[in-house]
Amino acid sequence: MLAFLAALLPLALLLTAAWQDNLGANPIEKITHNTGYWTLTFLLISLGVTPLRQLSGASWLVRLRRMLGLFAFFYACLHFLTYLVLDQFFDWSAIAKDILKRPYITVGFAAFVLLIPLAVTSTNAMQRRLGGKNWKRLHRLVYLIAGAGVVHFAWLVKKDLSRPLLFAGILVLLLALRWFYRVKAARLSRSYSAV
Amino acid sequence: MPATSGLGASGTAGPVYGRVGLNFSRGVPMKLPGIPAIPASEITPRELFYQRRHFMQLALGGSAALLAGAAVGGEKLASSLSEAYGLTDKLTPLEDVSQYNNFYEFDTSKEGPAKMAGRLKTRPWTVSVEGEVRKPKQFAIEDLLKLAPMQERIYRLRCVEAWSMVIPWLGYPLAELLKQVEPTSDARFVEFVSLHDPEQLPGQRRAVLEWPYREGLRIDEAMHPLALLTFGLYGEVLPNQNGAPIRIVVPWKYGFKSAKSIVKIRLLKQQPMTSWMQAGPSEYGFYANVNPEVDHPRWSQAKERRLGEFLKRPTLPFNGYAEQVAGLYAGMDLTKNF
Repeated sequence: MLAFLAALLPLALLLTAAWQDNLGANPIEKITHNTGYWTLTFLLISLGVTPLRQLSGASWLVRLRRMLGLFAFFYACLHFLTYLVLDQFFDWSAIAKDILKRPYITVGFAAFVLLIPLAVTSTNAMQRRLGGKNWKRLHRLVYLIAGAGVVHFAWLVKKDLSRPLLFAGILVLLLALRWFYRVKAARLSRSYSAV
Repeated sequence: MPATSGLGASGTAGPVYGRVGLNFSRGVPMKLPGIPAIPASEITPRELFYQRRHFMQLALGGSAALLAGAAVGGEKLASSLSEAYGLTDKLTPLEDVSQYNNFYEFDTSKEGPAKMAGRLKTRPWTVSVEGEVRKPKQFAIEDLLKLAPMQERIYRLRCVEAWSMVIPWLGYPLAELLKQVEPTSDARFVEFVSLHDPEQLPGQRRAVLEWPYREGLRIDEAMHPLALLTFGLYGEVLPNQNGAPIRIVVPWKYGFKSAKSIVKIRLLKQQPMTSWMQAGPSEYGFYANVNPEVDHPRWSQAKERRLGEFLKRPTLPFNGYAEQVAGLYAGMDLTKNF
Protein backbone atom coordinates (compact mmCIF):
# COMPACT_ATOMS: atom_id res chain seq x y z
CA MET A 1 0.00 0.00 0.00
CA LEU A 2 2.78 2.38 0.93
CA ALA A 3 4.67 1.49 -2.22
CA PHE A 4 1.51 2.05 -4.25
CA LEU A 5 1.12 5.58 -2.92
CA ALA A 6 4.82 6.28 -3.40
CA ALA A 7 4.54 5.18 -7.02
CA LEU A 8 1.74 7.68 -7.55
CA LEU A 9 3.82 10.50 -6.12
CA PRO A 10 5.47 11.51 -9.42
CA LEU A 11 2.05 11.89 -11.01
CA ALA A 12 0.77 13.86 -8.03
CA LEU A 13 3.76 16.21 -8.24
CA LEU A 14 3.26 16.66 -11.97
CA LEU A 15 -0.44 17.44 -11.53
CA THR A 16 0.32 19.90 -8.74
CA ALA A 17 2.86 21.67 -10.91
CA ALA A 18 0.32 21.80 -13.75
CA TRP A 19 -2.32 23.14 -11.37
CA GLN A 20 0.00 25.89 -10.19
CA ASP A 21 1.08 26.72 -13.74
CA ASN A 22 4.56 25.71 -12.73
CA LEU A 23 5.59 23.62 -15.73
CA GLY A 24 7.77 26.29 -17.29
CA ALA A 25 7.75 27.84 -20.72
CA ASN A 26 7.11 24.58 -22.56
CA PRO A 27 4.67 22.55 -20.45
CA ILE A 28 4.03 19.88 -23.08
CA GLU A 29 7.73 19.15 -23.36
CA LYS A 30 7.99 19.01 -19.59
CA ILE A 31 5.10 16.53 -19.25
CA THR A 32 6.50 14.39 -22.06
CA HIS A 33 9.95 14.26 -20.49
CA ASN A 34 8.61 13.71 -16.99
CA THR A 35 6.33 10.78 -17.87
CA GLY A 36 9.06 9.25 -20.02
CA TYR A 37 11.56 9.56 -17.19
CA TRP A 38 9.24 7.79 -14.74
CA THR A 39 8.42 5.04 -17.25
CA LEU A 40 12.10 4.21 -17.51
CA THR A 41 12.64 4.58 -13.79
CA PHE A 42 9.83 2.14 -12.93
CA LEU A 43 11.05 -0.30 -15.56
CA LEU A 44 14.48 -0.28 -13.94
CA ILE A 45 13.08 -0.50 -10.41
CA SER A 46 10.95 -3.51 -11.37
CA LEU A 47 14.03 -5.10 -12.92
CA GLY A 48 15.88 -4.41 -9.69
CA VAL A 49 13.49 -6.47 -7.55
CA THR A 50 14.96 -9.88 -8.32
CA PRO A 51 18.63 -8.93 -7.83
CA LEU A 52 17.72 -7.09 -4.62
CA ARG A 53 15.87 -10.15 -3.34
CA GLN A 54 18.86 -12.33 -4.11
CA LEU A 55 21.23 -9.90 -2.43
CA SER A 56 19.13 -9.35 0.66
CA GLY A 57 17.24 -12.59 0.88
CA ALA A 58 14.01 -10.67 1.49
CA SER A 59 11.63 -12.86 -0.44
CA TRP A 60 8.59 -10.64 0.18
CA LEU A 61 10.04 -8.15 -2.31
CA VAL A 62 8.85 -10.27 -5.19
CA ARG A 63 5.26 -9.39 -4.37
CA LEU A 64 6.05 -5.76 -5.33
CA ARG A 65 7.30 -6.69 -8.76
CA ARG A 66 3.97 -6.92 -10.56
CA MET A 67 2.79 -3.60 -9.18
CA LEU A 68 6.02 -1.86 -10.13
CA GLY A 69 5.85 -3.30 -13.63
CA LEU A 70 2.27 -2.12 -13.98
CA PHE A 71 3.30 1.35 -12.86
CA ALA A 72 5.93 1.36 -15.60
CA PHE A 73 3.10 0.57 -18.01
CA PHE A 74 0.91 3.23 -16.42
CA TYR A 75 3.53 5.96 -16.91
CA ALA A 76 4.22 4.64 -20.42
CA CYS A 77 0.51 5.09 -21.21
CA LEU A 78 0.62 8.66 -19.90
CA HIS A 79 3.78 9.27 -21.92
CA PHE A 80 2.17 7.93 -25.09
CA LEU A 81 -1.07 9.84 -24.49
CA THR A 82 0.91 13.04 -23.96
CA TYR A 83 2.55 12.50 -27.33
CA LEU A 84 -0.75 11.59 -29.02
CA VAL A 85 -2.96 14.31 -27.57
CA LEU A 86 -0.83 17.18 -26.29
CA ASP A 87 2.15 17.00 -28.62
CA GLN A 88 0.62 15.88 -31.92
CA PHE A 89 -3.08 16.45 -31.22
CA PHE A 90 -4.19 13.40 -33.23
CA ASP A 91 -2.25 14.45 -36.31
CA TRP A 92 -2.23 10.85 -37.55
CA SER A 93 -0.15 11.47 -40.65
CA ALA A 94 2.55 13.22 -38.62
CA ILE A 95 2.45 10.38 -36.09
CA ALA A 96 2.75 7.73 -38.80
CA LYS A 97 5.70 9.60 -40.32
CA ASP A 98 7.33 9.89 -36.90
CA ILE A 99 6.99 6.17 -36.21
CA LEU A 100 8.31 5.17 -39.62
CA LYS A 101 11.01 7.80 -40.10
CA ARG A 102 12.31 8.78 -36.68
CA PRO A 103 14.33 5.95 -35.15
CA TYR A 104 13.89 7.21 -31.59
CA ILE A 105 10.11 7.22 -32.02
CA THR A 106 10.16 3.82 -33.77
CA VAL A 107 12.05 2.28 -30.90
CA GLY A 108 9.99 4.02 -28.22
CA PHE A 109 6.71 3.08 -29.85
CA ALA A 110 7.84 -0.54 -30.25
CA ALA A 111 8.76 -0.68 -26.58
CA PHE A 112 5.34 0.65 -25.65
CA VAL A 113 3.51 -1.87 -27.87
CA LEU A 114 5.58 -4.71 -26.40
CA LEU A 115 4.64 -3.64 -22.89
CA ILE A 116 0.93 -4.19 -23.62
CA PRO A 117 0.97 -8.03 -23.65
CA LEU A 118 3.01 -8.00 -20.46
CA ALA A 119 0.45 -5.80 -18.73
CA VAL A 120 -2.46 -7.87 -20.06
CA THR A 121 -0.93 -11.14 -18.85
CA SER A 122 0.06 -9.79 -15.46
CA THR A 123 -2.92 -11.25 -13.57
CA ASN A 124 -2.78 -14.55 -11.65
CA ALA A 125 -5.46 -15.99 -13.92
CA MET A 126 -3.51 -15.20 -17.09
CA GLN A 127 -0.35 -16.55 -15.51
CA ARG A 128 -2.16 -19.86 -14.87
CA ARG A 129 -3.69 -19.95 -18.32
CA LEU A 130 -0.34 -19.47 -20.03
CA GLY A 131 1.47 -21.84 -17.75
CA GLY A 132 4.50 -20.79 -15.74
CA LYS A 133 7.06 -21.59 -18.41
CA ASN A 134 5.34 -19.73 -21.27
CA TRP A 135 4.54 -16.84 -19.01
CA LYS A 136 8.16 -16.52 -17.98
CA ARG A 137 9.32 -16.70 -21.55
CA LEU A 138 6.88 -13.96 -22.57
CA HIS A 139 7.86 -11.73 -19.69
CA ARG A 140 11.52 -11.92 -20.58
CA LEU A 141 10.53 -9.34 -23.19
CA VAL A 142 11.01 -6.79 -20.45
CA TYR A 143 14.79 -6.91 -20.97
CA LEU A 144 14.30 -5.94 -24.59
CA ILE A 145 11.77 -3.27 -23.65
CA ALA A 146 14.03 -1.67 -21.07
CA GLY A 147 16.90 -1.67 -23.56
CA ALA A 148 14.66 -0.10 -26.20
CA GLY A 149 13.53 2.52 -23.67
CA VAL A 150 17.11 3.55 -22.93
CA VAL A 151 17.94 3.71 -26.65
CA HIS A 152 14.81 5.81 -27.21
CA PHE A 153 16.09 8.29 -24.62
CA ALA A 154 19.65 8.32 -25.95
CA TRP A 155 18.55 8.95 -29.53
CA LEU A 156 16.37 11.91 -28.74
CA VAL A 157 18.77 14.06 -26.73
CA LYS A 158 20.57 16.67 -28.74
CA LYS A 159 24.01 16.39 -27.24
CA ASP A 160 24.21 15.78 -23.50
CA LEU A 161 24.05 11.99 -23.10
CA SER A 162 24.73 11.91 -19.35
CA ARG A 163 21.22 10.93 -18.24
CA PRO A 164 20.56 8.27 -20.88
CA LEU A 165 23.98 6.85 -20.06
CA LEU A 166 23.10 6.75 -16.37
CA PHE A 167 19.99 4.72 -17.19
CA ALA A 168 22.04 2.49 -19.48
CA GLY A 169 24.60 1.94 -16.73
CA ILE A 170 21.96 0.94 -14.20
CA LEU A 171 20.34 -1.43 -16.69
CA VAL A 172 23.67 -3.10 -17.47
CA LEU A 173 24.39 -3.43 -13.75
CA LEU A 174 21.00 -5.05 -13.09
CA LEU A 175 21.39 -7.47 -15.98
CA ALA A 176 24.92 -8.31 -14.86
CA LEU A 177 23.65 -9.11 -11.35
CA ARG A 178 21.02 -11.45 -12.78
CA TRP A 179 23.60 -13.18 -14.91
CA PHE A 180 25.92 -13.50 -11.92
CA TYR A 181 23.24 -15.11 -9.73
CA ARG A 182 22.16 -17.43 -12.53
CA VAL A 183 25.72 -18.69 -13.04
CA LYS A 184 26.16 -19.09 -9.30
CA ALA A 185 22.88 -21.01 -8.98
CA ALA A 186 23.82 -23.26 -11.90
CA ARG A 187 27.19 -24.01 -10.31
CA LEU A 188 25.52 -24.77 -6.98
CA SER A 189 23.02 -27.18 -8.49
CA ARG A 190 25.83 -28.90 -10.42
CA SER A 191 27.86 -29.35 -7.25
CA TYR A 192 24.77 -30.74 -5.48
CA SER A 193 24.11 -33.22 -8.23
CA ALA A 194 27.77 -34.28 -8.10
CA VAL A 195 27.42 -35.27 -4.46
CA MET B 1 15.88 56.76 -39.38
CA PRO B 2 13.97 55.21 -36.53
CA ALA B 3 11.82 57.65 -34.65
CA THR B 4 13.22 58.92 -31.38
CA SER B 5 11.24 61.27 -29.26
CA GLY B 6 9.96 61.75 -25.77
CA LEU B 7 11.26 60.46 -22.49
CA GLY B 8 10.06 57.27 -20.96
CA ALA B 9 9.28 56.94 -17.30
CA SER B 10 12.71 55.75 -16.35
CA GLY B 11 12.32 57.16 -12.83
CA THR B 12 14.94 56.24 -10.30
CA ALA B 13 15.28 52.53 -10.92
CA GLY B 14 19.03 52.54 -11.11
CA PRO B 15 21.55 53.58 -13.70
CA VAL B 16 20.50 53.94 -17.30
CA TYR B 17 22.45 54.23 -20.49
CA GLY B 18 22.06 57.86 -21.39
CA ARG B 19 19.25 59.91 -20.06
CA VAL B 20 16.54 58.46 -22.21
CA GLY B 21 14.36 55.85 -20.61
CA LEU B 22 12.03 53.51 -22.37
CA ASN B 23 10.75 55.07 -25.47
CA PHE B 24 7.62 53.74 -27.02
CA SER B 25 6.45 56.54 -29.19
CA ARG B 26 5.73 55.45 -32.71
CA GLY B 27 6.82 57.83 -35.41
CA VAL B 28 6.53 57.45 -39.14
CA PRO B 29 7.10 53.84 -40.13
CA MET B 30 10.49 53.37 -41.70
CA LYS B 31 10.22 51.70 -45.06
CA LEU B 32 13.02 49.39 -46.08
CA PRO B 33 13.08 47.69 -49.46
CA GLY B 34 11.44 44.29 -49.27
CA ILE B 35 10.32 44.72 -45.71
CA PRO B 36 6.66 45.60 -45.40
CA ALA B 37 5.97 48.31 -42.84
CA ILE B 38 3.37 47.15 -40.37
CA PRO B 39 0.77 49.67 -39.31
CA ALA B 40 1.21 50.71 -35.72
CA SER B 41 -2.35 49.62 -35.02
CA GLU B 42 -1.45 46.00 -35.69
CA ILE B 43 1.28 45.86 -33.11
CA THR B 44 0.32 44.50 -29.72
CA PRO B 45 -0.10 47.39 -27.32
CA ARG B 46 3.21 47.92 -25.67
CA GLU B 47 1.68 48.43 -22.24
CA LEU B 48 0.31 44.91 -22.40
CA PHE B 49 3.50 43.14 -23.10
CA TYR B 50 5.48 45.18 -20.69
CA GLN B 51 3.24 44.34 -17.79
CA ARG B 52 5.26 41.31 -16.83
CA ARG B 53 8.43 43.29 -17.11
CA HIS B 54 7.16 45.72 -14.54
CA PHE B 55 6.30 42.84 -12.28
CA MET B 56 9.82 41.51 -12.66
CA GLN B 57 11.19 44.96 -11.92
CA LEU B 58 9.25 45.11 -8.72
CA ALA B 59 10.78 41.80 -7.74
CA LEU B 60 14.32 42.48 -8.86
CA GLY B 61 14.53 46.23 -9.18
CA GLY B 62 15.40 46.95 -5.59
CA SER B 63 18.57 44.90 -5.61
CA ALA B 64 19.50 45.92 -9.14
CA ALA B 65 19.35 49.58 -8.22
CA LEU B 66 21.95 49.08 -5.50
CA LEU B 67 24.54 47.73 -7.90
CA ALA B 68 25.29 51.07 -9.48
CA GLY B 69 27.52 50.75 -12.50
CA ALA B 70 27.35 46.98 -12.66
CA ALA B 71 25.22 46.23 -15.68
CA VAL B 72 22.92 43.46 -14.63
CA GLY B 73 19.82 42.15 -16.27
CA GLY B 74 16.85 44.33 -15.47
CA GLU B 75 18.74 47.54 -16.11
CA LYS B 76 17.08 49.77 -18.66
CA LEU B 77 18.51 50.32 -22.08
CA ALA B 78 17.39 53.24 -24.17
CA SER B 79 16.27 52.52 -27.69
CA SER B 80 13.84 53.55 -30.33
CA LEU B 81 11.39 51.19 -31.94
CA SER B 82 12.38 50.26 -35.42
CA GLU B 83 8.96 50.18 -37.04
CA ALA B 84 10.12 48.24 -40.04
CA TYR B 85 11.00 45.37 -37.75
CA GLY B 86 7.75 45.21 -35.87
CA LEU B 87 5.79 41.98 -36.05
CA THR B 88 2.14 41.20 -35.56
CA ASP B 89 3.06 37.98 -33.77
CA LYS B 90 2.28 37.94 -30.08
CA LEU B 91 5.41 38.41 -27.98
CA THR B 92 6.70 35.57 -25.83
CA PRO B 93 6.54 36.78 -22.21
CA LEU B 94 9.84 37.93 -20.70
CA GLU B 95 9.46 35.26 -18.06
CA ASP B 96 9.64 32.54 -20.71
CA VAL B 97 12.34 34.27 -22.74
CA SER B 98 14.56 34.47 -19.67
CA GLN B 99 13.73 31.12 -18.02
CA TYR B 100 13.82 28.75 -20.99
CA ASN B 101 17.30 28.89 -22.46
CA ASN B 102 19.74 26.81 -24.40
CA PHE B 103 23.07 28.02 -23.09
CA TYR B 104 25.26 24.97 -22.53
CA GLU B 105 28.03 27.12 -21.04
CA PHE B 106 25.85 27.26 -17.93
CA ASP B 107 23.91 24.02 -18.08
CA THR B 108 22.32 21.69 -20.63
CA SER B 109 18.85 21.91 -19.09
CA LYS B 110 16.43 24.66 -20.10
CA GLU B 111 15.99 26.03 -16.56
CA GLY B 112 19.65 25.71 -15.57
CA PRO B 113 21.10 28.79 -17.30
CA ALA B 114 18.79 31.20 -15.45
CA LYS B 115 19.85 29.65 -12.14
CA MET B 116 23.59 29.74 -12.87
CA ALA B 117 23.66 33.06 -14.72
CA GLY B 118 24.67 35.10 -11.67
CA ARG B 119 28.21 33.76 -11.96
CA LEU B 120 28.88 35.59 -15.20
CA LYS B 121 30.56 38.97 -14.81
CA THR B 122 29.71 41.21 -17.72
CA ARG B 123 31.97 44.13 -16.66
CA PRO B 124 34.67 44.78 -17.64
CA TRP B 125 34.12 43.27 -21.08
CA THR B 126 35.94 43.77 -24.33
CA VAL B 127 35.34 42.42 -27.80
CA SER B 128 38.31 42.03 -30.07
CA VAL B 129 37.56 42.41 -33.78
CA GLU B 130 40.46 41.14 -35.86
CA GLY B 131 41.61 39.07 -38.82
CA GLU B 132 41.23 40.22 -42.41
CA VAL B 133 40.65 43.85 -41.52
CA ARG B 134 42.50 47.10 -41.98
CA LYS B 135 41.84 48.39 -38.48
CA PRO B 136 41.70 45.61 -35.92
CA LYS B 137 40.45 46.92 -32.61
CA GLN B 138 39.52 46.01 -29.07
CA PHE B 139 36.17 47.51 -28.20
CA ALA B 140 35.09 48.10 -24.62
CA ILE B 141 31.47 47.20 -24.04
CA GLU B 142 30.76 50.82 -23.04
CA ASP B 143 31.92 51.98 -26.47
CA LEU B 144 29.96 49.29 -28.28
CA LEU B 145 26.80 50.43 -26.54
CA LYS B 146 27.32 53.89 -28.05
CA LEU B 147 28.58 52.88 -31.48
CA ALA B 148 25.24 53.23 -33.27
CA PRO B 149 21.68 54.14 -32.31
CA MET B 150 20.04 51.35 -30.39
CA GLN B 151 16.94 49.97 -32.14
CA GLU B 152 14.23 47.71 -30.85
CA ARG B 153 13.42 44.89 -33.24
CA ILE B 154 10.85 42.20 -32.82
CA TYR B 155 12.16 38.94 -34.29
CA ARG B 156 10.99 35.36 -34.39
CA LEU B 157 13.46 32.90 -32.88
CA ARG B 158 13.29 29.32 -34.19
CA CYS B 159 15.28 26.72 -32.28
CA VAL B 160 16.62 23.66 -34.08
CA GLU B 161 14.65 21.66 -31.46
CA ALA B 162 11.39 22.76 -33.15
CA TRP B 163 10.14 25.38 -30.69
CA SER B 164 9.99 29.11 -31.28
CA MET B 165 9.59 32.46 -29.53
CA VAL B 166 8.99 36.09 -30.50
CA ILE B 167 11.39 38.48 -28.80
CA PRO B 168 11.82 42.28 -28.78
CA TRP B 169 15.60 42.62 -29.03
CA LEU B 170 17.65 45.78 -28.61
CA GLY B 171 20.67 46.36 -30.77
CA TYR B 172 21.92 47.65 -34.09
CA PRO B 173 23.04 45.98 -37.30
CA LEU B 174 26.22 43.93 -36.97
CA ALA B 175 27.35 45.68 -40.14
CA GLU B 176 27.80 48.89 -38.13
CA LEU B 177 30.54 47.25 -36.08
CA LEU B 178 32.16 45.42 -38.99
CA LYS B 179 32.41 48.67 -41.00
CA GLN B 180 34.46 50.20 -38.18
CA VAL B 181 37.32 47.76 -38.70
CA GLU B 182 37.25 47.95 -42.51
CA PRO B 183 37.23 44.34 -43.69
CA THR B 184 39.62 43.64 -46.58
CA SER B 185 38.52 41.95 -49.79
CA ASP B 186 39.87 38.70 -48.34
CA ALA B 187 37.29 38.76 -45.54
CA ARG B 188 34.79 36.18 -46.75
CA PHE B 189 33.62 34.78 -43.43
CA VAL B 190 33.07 36.03 -39.90
CA GLU B 191 33.75 33.90 -36.84
CA PHE B 192 32.22 34.60 -33.42
CA VAL B 193 33.97 33.33 -30.33
CA SER B 194 32.15 33.24 -27.01
CA LEU B 195 33.68 33.59 -23.56
CA HIS B 196 35.62 30.59 -22.28
CA ASP B 197 35.91 30.63 -18.51
CA PRO B 198 34.74 27.57 -16.55
CA GLU B 199 34.79 29.65 -13.35
CA GLN B 200 32.00 31.84 -14.63
CA LEU B 201 30.51 29.32 -17.01
CA PRO B 202 30.43 26.07 -15.03
CA GLY B 203 28.91 24.11 -17.91
CA GLN B 204 32.30 24.38 -19.61
CA ARG B 205 33.77 21.97 -17.07
CA ARG B 206 32.16 19.25 -19.14
CA ALA B 207 33.10 18.73 -22.76
CA VAL B 208 29.52 18.69 -24.01
CA LEU B 209 30.72 20.89 -26.86
CA GLU B 210 34.20 22.02 -27.79
CA TRP B 211 34.84 25.23 -25.91
CA PRO B 212 34.94 28.07 -26.53
CA TYR B 213 31.66 28.13 -28.42
CA ARG B 214 32.33 29.18 -31.98
CA GLU B 215 29.86 30.18 -34.64
CA GLY B 216 30.21 31.72 -38.06
CA LEU B 217 28.52 33.52 -40.91
CA ARG B 218 29.40 34.31 -44.48
CA ILE B 219 30.36 37.98 -44.81
CA ASP B 220 27.24 38.86 -46.82
CA GLU B 221 25.08 37.23 -44.15
CA ALA B 222 26.89 39.14 -41.42
CA MET B 223 26.47 42.43 -43.33
CA HIS B 224 22.76 41.83 -43.92
CA PRO B 225 20.61 44.47 -42.19
CA LEU B 226 18.65 41.78 -40.34
CA ALA B 227 21.77 40.45 -38.58
CA LEU B 228 21.58 42.24 -35.25
CA LEU B 229 24.37 42.93 -32.79
CA THR B 230 22.31 42.63 -29.65
CA PHE B 231 22.65 44.15 -26.17
CA GLY B 232 19.19 43.90 -24.69
CA LEU B 233 15.67 42.57 -24.80
CA TYR B 234 12.35 43.83 -23.53
CA GLY B 235 13.75 47.31 -23.03
CA GLU B 236 16.54 46.18 -20.75
CA VAL B 237 20.10 44.95 -20.75
CA LEU B 238 20.30 41.28 -21.76
CA PRO B 239 19.82 38.88 -18.87
CA ASN B 240 23.06 36.90 -18.54
CA GLN B 241 21.33 33.67 -19.54
CA ASN B 242 20.32 35.28 -22.82
CA GLY B 243 23.91 35.97 -23.83
CA ALA B 244 24.94 39.12 -21.98
CA PRO B 245 26.53 41.49 -22.47
CA ILE B 246 26.72 41.15 -26.25
CA ARG B 247 25.45 38.58 -28.71
CA ILE B 248 24.25 38.34 -32.25
CA VAL B 249 20.74 37.51 -33.44
CA VAL B 250 20.38 36.04 -36.91
CA PRO B 251 16.63 35.52 -37.16
CA TRP B 252 16.46 33.47 -40.37
CA LYS B 253 18.78 30.78 -38.93
CA TYR B 254 18.30 28.24 -36.16
CA GLY B 255 18.97 29.70 -32.75
CA PHE B 256 22.35 28.08 -32.20
CA LYS B 257 23.83 30.26 -34.97
CA SER B 258 23.24 33.34 -32.81
CA ALA B 259 26.35 33.24 -30.63
CA LYS B 260 26.12 34.59 -27.09
CA SER B 261 28.52 36.39 -24.74
CA ILE B 262 30.93 37.18 -27.56
CA VAL B 263 34.55 38.13 -26.82
CA LYS B 264 36.09 37.87 -30.26
CA ILE B 265 35.00 38.44 -33.84
CA ARG B 266 37.39 37.29 -36.53
CA LEU B 267 37.13 38.00 -40.24
CA LEU B 268 38.49 35.09 -42.21
CA LYS B 269 39.35 33.92 -45.70
CA GLN B 270 38.14 30.39 -45.06
CA GLN B 271 34.88 29.10 -43.68
CA PRO B 272 35.42 28.54 -39.94
CA MET B 273 34.59 25.32 -38.12
CA THR B 274 31.80 25.81 -35.58
CA SER B 275 31.21 24.04 -32.28
CA TRP B 276 27.99 22.40 -33.47
CA MET B 277 29.52 21.27 -36.77
CA GLN B 278 32.23 19.56 -34.74
CA ALA B 279 29.64 18.01 -32.44
CA GLY B 280 27.52 16.54 -35.21
CA PRO B 281 28.63 17.19 -38.79
CA SER B 282 25.69 15.25 -40.25
CA GLU B 283 23.18 17.11 -38.09
CA TYR B 284 24.43 20.69 -37.97
CA GLY B 285 25.68 22.46 -41.06
CA PHE B 286 27.40 25.80 -41.46
CA TYR B 287 24.35 27.55 -42.89
CA ALA B 288 21.60 26.20 -40.59
CA ASN B 289 18.95 28.32 -42.28
CA VAL B 290 15.47 27.59 -40.96
CA ASN B 291 14.04 25.23 -43.56
CA PRO B 292 10.87 23.14 -43.16
CA GLU B 293 11.92 21.04 -46.17
CA VAL B 294 15.15 19.81 -44.67
CA ASP B 295 14.66 17.70 -41.57
CA HIS B 296 17.14 17.29 -38.78
CA PRO B 297 18.31 13.69 -39.29
CA ARG B 298 16.51 12.68 -36.08
CA TRP B 299 13.40 14.85 -36.12
CA SER B 300 11.15 16.81 -38.45
CA GLN B 301 11.55 20.54 -39.01
CA ALA B 302 8.22 20.92 -40.82
CA LYS B 303 6.42 22.33 -37.79
CA GLU B 304 7.28 24.12 -34.60
CA ARG B 305 5.69 24.79 -31.25
CA ARG B 306 5.48 28.51 -30.59
CA LEU B 307 5.84 28.69 -26.82
CA GLY B 308 2.48 29.47 -25.30
CA GLU B 309 0.53 27.89 -28.14
CA PHE B 310 -1.06 24.45 -28.07
CA LEU B 311 -1.14 23.41 -31.72
CA LYS B 312 2.08 23.28 -33.67
CA ARG B 313 2.37 25.76 -36.47
CA PRO B 314 4.04 25.20 -39.83
CA THR B 315 7.64 26.41 -39.96
CA LEU B 316 8.28 29.06 -42.61
CA PRO B 317 11.26 28.99 -44.99
CA PHE B 318 14.01 31.21 -43.57
CA ASN B 319 11.78 31.58 -40.51
CA GLY B 320 9.52 33.95 -42.42
CA TYR B 321 12.36 36.18 -43.64
CA ALA B 322 12.63 34.62 -47.11
CA GLU B 323 11.72 37.87 -48.86
CA GLN B 324 14.72 39.59 -47.33
CA VAL B 325 17.35 36.83 -47.31
CA ALA B 326 16.52 34.13 -49.87
CA GLY B 327 18.56 36.06 -52.43
CA LEU B 328 21.72 35.38 -50.44
CA TYR B 329 21.43 31.70 -51.34
CA ALA B 330 20.40 31.94 -54.99
CA GLY B 331 21.62 28.90 -56.91
CA MET B 332 22.67 27.00 -53.78
CA ASP B 333 21.40 23.50 -53.03
CA LEU B 334 19.98 24.07 -49.57
CA THR B 335 19.57 20.33 -48.99
CA LYS B 336 23.34 19.94 -49.19
CA ASN B 337 24.15 23.30 -47.63
CA PHE B 338 21.93 22.74 -44.62
